Parts: sequence; C-alpha cells; structure tokens
Amino acid sequence: MAEPVGAVMVIGGGISGMQSSLDLANSGFKVYLVERGPSIGGVMSQLDKTFPTNDCAMCIMAPKLVETGRHENIELITNAEVEMIDGRAGNFLVTLKKYPRRINEETCTGCGVCAEKCPTEAIDEFNEGLKHRKAVYVRYPQSVPLVYMIDREKCIGCGICEGECKAGAIEYDEKEKILEINVGSIVLSPGSSKFDPSVRSEYGYGIFKNVLTSLEFERMLSATGPHLGTVVRPSDGDIPKKIAWIQCVGSRDKAKGNSYCSAVCCMYSLKEAIIAKEHFQGIEPTIFFMDMRAYGKDFEKYYIRAEDEAGVRFVRSRVSGVEEDPETKDLTVSYVENGEVVDETFNMVVLSIAMNAPEEAEILSHRLGFKLNIHKFVKAGLFEPLDTTKPGIFVGGAFAGPKDIPGTVAEASGAAARAANVIATSRDSLTKKKEYPAEIDVSEQEPRIGVFVCHCGINIGSVVDVPAVVEYAKTLPNVVYADENLFTCSDDTQTKMKEIINEQKLNRVIVASCSPRTHEPLFQETCRQAGLNQYLFEMANIRDQCSWVHMHEKEEATEKSKDLVRMVVAKSALLDPLQKSKLPVTKSALVIGGGLSGMTAASGLADQGFDVHLVEREKELGGNLRRIQHLLSDVDPQKKLEEIISKVKDNPKVNLHIGSKIEKIEGRIGNFTTTLEGGETIEHGVVIVATGGVEHKPTEYLYGENPNVMTQLEFEEKLTKGEIDLEKSNKIAMIQCVGSRNEERPNCSRICCSEAVKNALKIKEKNPDAEVYVLYKDIRTYGFNEDYFQEASEKGVLFVRYDDDNTPIVNPGQNGLEITLKDPVLDEVLRINADLLILSVPVLPQPDSEDVGRMLKVPLTKDNFFLEAHMKLRPVDFATEGVFLCGLAHGPKFVDESIAQACGAVARAATVLSKDEIEIEPTISHVVDENCDGCAYCIEPCPYDAITLIEYMKNGSVKKTVDVDESACKGCGCCQATCPKEGIFIWKFKLDQLNAMIDACLGVA
Amino acid sequence: MEEQEYEPLIVGFLCNWCSYAGADLAGTSRIQYPPNIRVIRVMCSGMVHPNLVINALTKGADGVLMCGCHPGDCHYLEGNLIAEKRAEAIDLMLEDFGLEPERFRLEWVSASEGDKFARVVKEMTDALKQLGPSPYKT
Repeated sequence: MAEPVGAVMVIGGGISGMQSSLDLANSGFKVYLVERGPSIGGVMSQLDKTFPTNDCAMCIMAPKLVETGRHENIELITNAEVEMIDGRAGNFLVTLKKYPRRINEETCTGCGVCAEKCPTEAIDEFNEGLKHRKAVYVRYPQSVPLVYMIDREKCIGCGICEGECKAGAIEYDEKEKILEINVGSIVLSPGSSKFDPSVRSEYGYGIFKNVLTSLEFERMLSATGPHLGTVVRPSDGDIPKKIAWIQCVGSRDKAKGNSYCSAVCCMYSLKEAIIAKEHFQGIEPTIFFMDMRAYGKDFEKYYIRAEDEAGVRFVRSRVSGVEEDPETKDLTVSYVENGEVVDETFNMVVLSIAMNAPEEAEILSHRLGFKLNIHKFVKAGLFEPLDTTKPGIFVGGAFAGPKDIPGTVAEASGAAARAANVIATSRDSLTKKKEYPAEIDVSEQEPRIGVFVCHCGINIGSVVDVPAVVEYAKTLPNVVYADENLFTCSDDTQTKMKEIINEQKLNRVIVASCSPRTHEPLFQETCRQAGLNQYLFEMANIRDQCSWVHMHEKEEATEKSKDLVRMVVAKSALLDPLQKSKLPVTKSALVIGGGLSGMTAASGLADQGFDVHLVEREKELGGNLRRIQHLLSDVDPQKKLEEIISKVKDNPKVNLHIGSKIEKIEGRIGNFTTTLEGGETIEHGVVIVATGGVEHKPTEYLYGENPNVMTQLEFEEKLTKGEIDLEKSNKIAMIQCVGSRNEERPNCSRICCSEAVKNALKIKEKNPDAEVYVLYKDIRTYGFNEDYFQEASEKGVLFVRYDDDNTPIVNPGQNGLEITLKDPVLDEVLRINADLLILSVPVLPQPDSEDVGRMLKVPLTKDNFFLEAHMKLRPVDFATEGVFLCGLAHGPKFVDESIAQACGAVARAATVLSKDEIEIEPTISHVVDENCDGCAYCIEPCPYDAITLIEYMKNGSVKKTVDVDESACKGCGCCQATCPKEGIFIWKFKLDQLNAMIDACLGVA
Repeated sequence: MEEQEYEPLIVGFLCNWCSYAGADLAGTSRIQYPPNIRVIRVMCSGMVHPNLVINALTKGADGVLMCGCHPGDCHYLEGNLIAEKRAEAIDLMLEDFGLEPERFRLEWVSASEGDKFARVVKEMTDALKQLGPSPYKT
C-alpha cells in the first residue's frame, strides 16, 4: 500500500481550527488551514472577555493567532470553500474554490491607507452591524493574515485605493481560483452559527432598537467595539441602567428554535452581566432563566460571585414578551413570578441566542460525504466523539455539538490526534524546518533598549496613562526608543516590532503589558525573527499588577507602571545573550491510570508509533467505566470497555504495568525516569496524568443506614445484577446535588443531572408505570442531553425543584421512605413514599491526587482536581512542560468528553515525542571559578544534586571549585542564594541584575 | 499632632510558578489591593539571596515580601523550604541592622490564591503604615 500523504486539511479557522493546525504542524505534519472568511479567529475574536477567569479573549488568543499565521508548516487559505473531494483516508484530493480578495495577499502590507481613503461605507459584520466599515477592509484590527479585502458588493469602483496603495497590491479584476490539494486526512472545524432571534417575534428583536443579541452586547463591551467598551442604548446613546438578559432564545425551544441546550449561554450571560457592571458601576443586571447551567470547572463559583459580589439579580422565569415604550424606548418585560404576571421596565434587553449548526453544515456533509445528526451537527458516536461517519474525516469544536472554549480546544487537539493517526507513518515527510536570521552579535555593543508599552485594548489604557509611561520610558538610561501599541501581541505589531528592532538597532527589548507567563514566548520569538537573542527580552506586567488591581487609583497605577518599567530597564541593560543546549528525547510516554481516559491516551500514542507505559495500580484495567451499565445511547458500555481493553492489551507498543504503583518520577520534558514500587524503572519523554476520580460517599438522607438508599452508580449495578425488581419497587425518588453545590464543595459535578435522566429513562423503559421523582436545584442537561430530559418529562418522570432553604427531608416510614419537600413554585408540601431513593453524588478527585501532584510538581485546584496550565486555552497541558492531563483527574465529565480530552492529550504529547531533540533553557546555574573557593555551601541545598566539588591544578597549586551538571540543573537558584562569594549564579537572574531592579525601584540607581 | 500617613514601598520577590501566577490571578479576577508593592519575578523563592533582602531594606524599602509555593508544591522540589530556613537567618539579620521584624515577610501563595496575595499585600501595607517609614529612608 502506498504511504499516506503527510498533510492534513483543517476546514475552519476559529480557535478550534487553529488549535488542530498548531498541534498537527508541531508534530511533523503539513497543514492547509482553509477559512471561508478573509481572516482566521472565528467567534472567539469577537468576544470581549471569557468565563470563568474573565481573561480578555483577544489577549489569550493573540499568541495562537500569531503562531498560526507565522507557522512555517501551516498554509492559510482564506476566502475558500471545499468544492469536492476524491480518494480515501490516507490520500484525499480536495478541490477548493478560492474567492477573489481583489488585493494581492503577498504584497499587501496591511497599512490600511486604502480603507482610510475609501469613500464607501458598509455594515461591519465583525461588530455585528453596530458600526460601519469601509468597502475595503480587514475583519478586525488584529486580523491574521493582515491583508485587506475589497467588498465587491459595496465597492463603487472609484479606484481611489488603487491610486493610494504604495505596495501596488490592488488587483481589482482578480478572478476565482480553483485549487487542488492532496492530504491524508481532514479535520472539520467550521464552528457554529447564530440563531435568528426575530423568529421569536414576541421579544421584538429587529423592531425595538434597544433589544440586542448577546453577541452584539459582547461587541459593545469590547475595547475594539463600536463605542470603545462603553455600553450605550442604540436608540439614544444613553448608558442603560437596568439591563435584562433573556436566556434560551432559540434553545430548549422545540416550537420555534432548537430542542437542545446551547451549553454556553448561561455562562456568557453571567460574564456579560459581571463585565457590564465592571465597566459601569450603575448598571443593574437581571438574568431571566429557566435553569442556571453553570456546570463546568469552577463555573458554579463564578455564578455565586455574580450574585454575591457583582449583584446580578436572577429571576427564574420564562419571559413571555417584550414591549417598547414608543416615547422613552424603554422595554417592558413580562414574566410570571410566584404565579403572578409581572411587567417590569428595563432600559435594554439582551437576548441570549442559541448556537446553531454552521450554515455550511449540509453543503459540507454533502460534498465530503459524512452524516449529520438531527440537529445538523456532525453525527458521531459516544465512544468515537471526534470521528465522522466517513473514515479519514474528523471533527473538533462546536460542529460536534455546542460547547465552550475549553471543550473546543481539548477536542480540537483530540481531532488533530485522530487525523495524525491516519498518516502517522508519513510524519516529517512534507514539513520544513523553521529558519531564523543569523543572530546579531551584540556582546560588544552598548545597551540600546526599546520599550513597547501596550494599551491592551482598554485593559491597561483605561486605567494607566500609557502615553505618560512611554514619555517616561524615553527618559530612562539606555532607552533609545519607546512607543505605545493598542495590542502589542497582534500580528501587525509583531511585524512592526521586528522592523523597529532593526531600524533602531535595538539590542534589548522590553514589552510593558501583561504577564510573561503567557506572552514572553511570543515576544521572544519576535526577537529571534529580528536576529536578536531571545534572552535579551524582558517584560513589565503593568496589566495584572497595575491596571487590573488598582482600577480606581489611576494615578498610583500609572506611577507604579513607570516604576516597573524603570526596574526592567535597569535589569535589561545587564542581560547577556544566551544559547540553548539540546538533549535527545526519549520517544515513549508514561500514562498514569488505566481507566477509559488512560487507555484511550495509551492506544492513541501507540497507534502513532510511540512506546507507551501504562501504569494502573488496581488489578484490572477499566476504572470507573467498569461500573457504568448503560448510557444515553444504544451503545453497551461494557462491550465497548472490553474492546478498548483488548485494543490496549493487543498493542505491542503498549507496555502494561497493572497492579503497579509509582514510587517516584524524576527528570524533565524529554527525559523522565519513573521508578515503580519494586524497583523497576521506566524511561520516558512525557507524562499523561489520567488518574480518574471516585464517587462521593454521602452521609445524608439515610445513606448507609437504609438499604433502599443508594447512589446512581450503585443503582445501575444493582439493576444490572437483578437485585432490584422495578415491578415491586415502582416508586422511586432521586435527589440531585447530594454533596455538591454546597458550602464544602461549591462546584457542580456536571454529569449528575444527565445521569439521573439516564436512570429515570431506564426505569421507565423497564416499567413504564413506575413513578419517578427527580428532586433538583437546576436541571443541567446541557447540549444534546436536553433532548433526553425532555423525553423523560414526556414519559412522565416528575421533576420537582428544591432550593437551599427547602432541602428534602427523608425519614424511614411505614410504606418505604417518606420524603417531604416544600415546592417553591407551588408553595405546597410534597410528600412522596418511595420504595427506592437514589442520590446523585458528585465525582471527587482521587484521595491521593496531592501525592501525584507533588511527585510531578503540578498544582491542584481548591477542590483537589488537577489544575491545567490555562483554563481556556491549555485545557490538557500542565504548566510544567511535558506533562499533560485528561479525564476525571481534570474534573467531572462524560465518556465522550473524557475520550476527546484523552485524544487531546495524545496530540499535545505527540508535539514533544515527534521531535528528536528538545532544547534546554539556558537559564541555569553557572560557576564563576575565580570567585569560588570550594567552600561547598551550595552543594547541600541543590534539590537536584547537580553540583559536585572538584579540584584541579591551577598555576601549580590545587584549586577547589564546584561543577554543575547542566542536564540535571533546573535553574531554581538555591545555589546562588547560598553562596557567600558570588561564585555561582543563574543566567538571567544574576545578583547584579536583581540588585539593579532593587536600586531602580528605590530610586538609588 | 498626628503624623501624616505615608505610603510604604514594598519590594516583592515572587516565585514564577506559584506566587507570580497567584498575583496574575488577582489581576484576572480584578481583586483590588493597595498599589504599594513592586514585584520582582524570580524563578524560585529559594533563589533570593539574603543580601538582596537586606540591600532593599537598607536602601529605603519599607518592607520586603517574599512569596513562594506552599510546602510540598515547590516546582523545584524544596527550594521554598530552603527559602524558609533562610528567612530565619534574615530575621536575625534584621535585628543587627536595627530593623523591625514586620519589615520582612515570607508567605506561601499558590497559583489559585489570587485573593490571598491581595490580602497579604494589604495586610503588610497596613502593618507598615502603623510602623512608620524605614529608618534607612532618606
């Protein structure tokens, strides 16, 4: 058989497509990223902030945008659509139609003069129509690629742009092009589309000016939006006081919208309400909702914060209609509360519109030959969540079902792993290596420092006086250049920075913006591309340490920003150019945990040709999946489990260590050594943590005292074993949130509502006459699981709400268990005599997670789940390089979500394992022989035993000194802080560099 | 007559892995704290030489705050424990230099403790206001 083609086509350039592309390109495959629009970035580029960290969307996405745009193995094909496809998995021939941009992509510099001079205006789609753009335009200021486009429909053909364009890039008569591209596999990531809220005419969208969609409101909140971040009423430009959010517009709406839940609207409404209030304290937000679905990691805490700290008001009611006052343009919202119709006036109404399947779903399905589900999203299986029905074509992100950004990113990595699987034998066949210009030797030069101060949209600029910081920086020693940027991280600014470094002959660069933890690598890369050693770069964090934490003290924040800039300028002058050394990569992985996630990760890596060591401490593989007896699908989980276990066992690349415990893990990315109890050692290059979780054992509601009280999993097991007769035990109650959403464990456990629905349906299937009650706080059957909730309701399962003030009371009674509950809606006391009581308990982290965390030096959340490197954009990475996570160890999740995340971990791990060598940071310890007198004080504190005392002959006598093992040293600097004679230091953190910062801080320099 | 309230200046040494991340989290969570601290990022609290602390205090800083990972969480195994031992030595040195013990503080701040970082800065700022300016301040 012919070798597969070592290239992948990714269709859709939102955050999902970018992540898939980067993972593939960083593990040895050529990527063609095909985007329908003129630039990549998708919906995320339109968002202001992201929940639950309130990170600025553009800030966290910009590094990925820039990396995608710059990557030597990613070819961006914009304004293009798939026409047809031929061939099969491993070798597809894809025909693309590329629509004319009418501006040459190679020659356009993105300077924007064309748009400045263009006399014709058009609706700005990026700003959801709240603003105008020109007929020649870029989608948004940080667009990648930064190439303008002529909107032929609006263009009047005056030719002014052609006359003004210095680059001669205007190609007015450009025609459509047909491209034929050969790839081995395909990833679909076209995202989603917006529900049209005018269908729900009772809300008045499109008629009443002050009724907006949630995405329009998002643009209003944005610094790059129509009013630079100020929320104003379209009718009169006033700042609204009372704003109402109406949830589920087009979601959970079988009649006129989608039957499913869009999975993200509750959270984005919370975010919009919090941020609106942050922008203008006087705003009074109210959210009208049915169930508040804050089901993700730390989401419930965000919900609590919205209510307790931001003062968001919540009304549990479906709004029946909105009317406008023709005079004031205020809006009257009608809803039912406590059985009474209430009319309340608001100044603005925001509709939380549903996430629909992408517009091109049916065309793509038809042209590429894969199937859609009834909601027009991709049809996929619970155990194959990333595979379409056509081999060789995979899916990531919202096209697989509505979801939030972390889920999208994990899935996008997972889809990359699935796509790589098909073509693994052709790795590195079509890629080229990154090349940098020769490094300029600056060792003999006087420092010439350039300072780039960032507005970060309005994140910094609205508090810190950025121009004043720039002017101040210009007065500092060795500073030869200082300027400000709207977004320093954007692609255009990066290009500009490179030019300035060369023009101004800068040999030190400083960016005063955000955290070096997120952005230093991006700017260091820019320095390298400009021929400057990357270790001559420094950052001042004037956002996280100034504008965001001293929001109401503008002057002090500005002075502090100046101080921070002065401090890094002082350090910068003393920096040394450093070179990375290289170490070979051990091309095998350690996977900790043999449950569903661990096994999926192990076989995924093995299928790509890497050796895997799978360590499971129990006597058998399978983890929690062993206990799951049925699913919200026709698939038999136990049969699937058998298949997965035999796949792992039969794969010669997977070395199983069953019944083994890990004693210690040493080393770093590329070269770890793990010792198992009993002494066996394993060499490996990466670690995947898939340690799973455990079911909470409740103490309330007679659990453990009465045999008829059990957890959902226990019920499944007993039912399957035939220990429960549903003909006899035909009155069944379930209580949700037992042990979660309480003071001890504030977060929601994500899966329990759907689990309860699943078991309720199973009961109804076995005995349609059984009475089933589900006592709940909010039903959180997000996404397509909403359909099962509806089905359960239709089949007569009774859902009864309770709240924290009225929790159910359970007593042993004459006729089974007596459950009493005050119904907050009907204000009546409900009494249930149940034969069985099933408790929905949360998934808890493994009790010894802390030990694993300690061994690997990776952090945990307050709930003791593992804490990923970044909640939004690095959901399967740890901050420690070469260590990844997936499954329940990360937080509660469903079978399909665990599999997608495990595949994601495979893709991330493959970016390391596909390389022959790993570069070692040079910021490690260095001995100054002339200062060292061999006192050996530094040897004992070294946590890595990297220092040894040596003797050698110097000028005829014995000289004592110490020697550092560079491969063992990790640069902690304990040696430097112990040495009494400045005989050993850490590069980039030398004592004179740190002292220079202190002096500058105190103004004694 | 009451002395006019002065604004103390605190030099902070924050380890990259936990405490600097915690300070970032205070930022992303918009937790407000007094603008009296100037942060120097170090890779590990174990990297901070006692001389750096003494230099800062004798050159006019009103206080020095050193933050590292919680015991057991150190990215470098036990750099933070070494920092803790060193902090004891620093406490003794303060006496020699005629400085009050409140002027130096070692705290464990994890990546998820943005609130704790903000609280520590506020507490230290308040304590230093009570104490008055550093005797080395010119």
